[in-house]
Amino acid sequence: MPGATLGVGVRGPGSGVRGDAARLDPVAVRARFPILGRRVNGHRLVYLDSAATTQKPEAVLEAIQRMYRYSNANVHRGVHTLAEEATAAYEACRQRVARFLHAPDPRGVVILRNATEALNLVARAWGARLGPGDEVIATAMEHHSNLVPWIMLTRERGVTLRHVPITDGGELDLGAYERMLSPRTRIVAVTAMSNVLGTINPVAEMAAAAHRVGAVVVVDGAQSVPHLPVGFAALGADFLAFSAHKAYGPTGVGFLVGRPELLDRMEPVSGGGEMIREVHLDRATWNDVPHRFEAGTPSIVDAAAFPAALDLLEELGMDAVRRHEEELVAYALERLRSLGFLRLHGPLDPARRGALVSFVDPEIHPHDQAQVLDGLGIAVRAGHHCAQPLMRRLGEVATTRASFGIHTDRDDVDALVDGLLATRRYFGG
Amino acid sequence: MDSGPTLPLDELYREVVLDHSRRPRGRDPLPRVDASARGFNPVCGDEVEVRVRVEAATVAGVQVTGRGCAICTASGSLLAEVLPGRRLDQTTSTIEAFRGVMHGQAPTGEVELGDLEALSGVARFPVRVKCAMLPWVTLEDALEAWQSGGPLLVASTEREEARP
Repeated sequence: MPGATLGVGVRGPGSGVRGDAARLDPVAVRARFPILGRRVNGHRLVYLDSAATTQKPEAVLEAIQRMYRYSNANVHRGVHTLAEEATAAYEACRQRVARFLHAPDPRGVVILRNATEALNLVARAWGARLGPGDEVIATAMEHHSNLVPWIMLTRERGVTLRHVPITDGGELDLGAYERMLSPRTRIVAVTAMSNVLGTINPVAEMAAAAHRVGAVVVVDGAQSVPHLPVGFAALGADFLAFSAHKAYGPTGVGFLVGRPELLDRMEPVSGGGEMIREVHLDRATWNDVPHRFEAGTPSIVDAAAFPAALDLLEELGMDAVRRHEEELVAYALERLRSLGFLRLHGPLDPARRGALVSFVDPEIHPHDQAQVLDGLGIAVRAGHHCAQPLMRRLGEVATTRASFGIHTDRDDVDALVDGLLATRRYFGG
Repeated sequence: MDSGPTLPLDELYREVVLDHSRRPRGRDPLPRVDASARGFNPVCGDEVEVRVRVEAATVAGVQVTGRGCAICTASGSLLAEVLPGRRLDQTTSTIEAFRGVMHGQAPTGEVELGDLEALSGVARFPVRVKCAMLPWVTLEDALEAWQSGGPLLVASTEREEARP
């Protein structure tokens, strides 16, 4: 494998807890991302917004080009060579995702447009089995996409929605969660990693407790899948949603990974081509899982290009990815804390959080801070991060979020810290 | 680290703007409130409340409160400074003229914008136009609700999206 040594070197013994994980070289990784070579407002681009969307490596860009140049056709319906190639490339994405997540059966991988669509599909299709008296448990740190579909369910089906509160340390109150579980609990919806706090939730433990009362577990993996080495089975979830574009792949592709025997029991929510077996003027029968949930022409090229992103992650090794990002978040927390003027949110222990940091400078609104940082070529996110209930819980209108990826290194964190000081000087603080 | 932030930022955060954001005017309560509304920017969670006192079809006083970024705060402060003494029809033209400036149009001169022109640099930062418009769309809602005797709604900057 030609790229096997790129970005990865085996490190010496005794230098850390996870002795067998190879070390990731972010400088070598950075060379794989063409966009990171550009300048923004006269400065080197320091991209710290991977939690919103990741940049795309050369291999993904090439795969998109290759598909459109040589194999562009619609899938599943043609007998000509191009249609066959396009179908094979599209289906290879399903296989690749199953393999990446150690999911035993590719039939459990539904290819959709994004994680939001995946969560909505579960809420609609599995939610159709629920009615008044049934309960859905979500958490106070969910992204709107793992909250609003459940709110919709309360309106449509009279289901009761409950929320696991969070502690002042930015973690789920598991005692409260255990007390909330009952035979009325039908669905537990939880993020594996908070997009605001970075908190890594004990999903396997929560899933085991949910299964004891007969509930199904829906996990938002948008932040965890690209950053943590956790397979579908180990997660203990019944459904896992994530997006390709947050995992170094193209926009317009997301996945619902589910246990096939549960998917088999779900009705489609979108009707049209591809999802049917036989159609009469007044009735139709459904295609098998997973095609039953894939009505209409999908984002073929983008799906076909996504395996190139997963190849890169596996080439680096997810253990190495996690180790790199955990060290980076430890460094970032330490440097940001040493500034002395920031309110930092989320767990303080880097082992319990993913590769992002949310903070507020009490003197400067996050929007203004992000604006000045942009003037320095530093891309961060400012706002409520699609988590308004969490913002209220934190007592903030908005926060600034710096999120990391495989190409982020200490120089990027240093640039951020210098930028925060420059922002203070700019506003005369 | 390279040098400081690049120049266009100084276009956004002009001295007048920074001054109004640090020491916002129009925060004091009014002796009487005729029209009021609450505005919300879903993009960043910023909130303002605009209260207006109207006498003889003229804006007699404005109070703007809330939590917002420097642009939103300065815009609300300038609004509160510029509007008192303007008739309601002049207020409407001021809102429209300010909106025009925010969308990159050169001021026509028909409406006296005064220090409001300090915010003209915002037009070069499309994302921030909503920040500057928040107090103004909230004012629009307050006046509309007052004139029609209708209920007070929560204004939202989202409708700025639909504008040319």
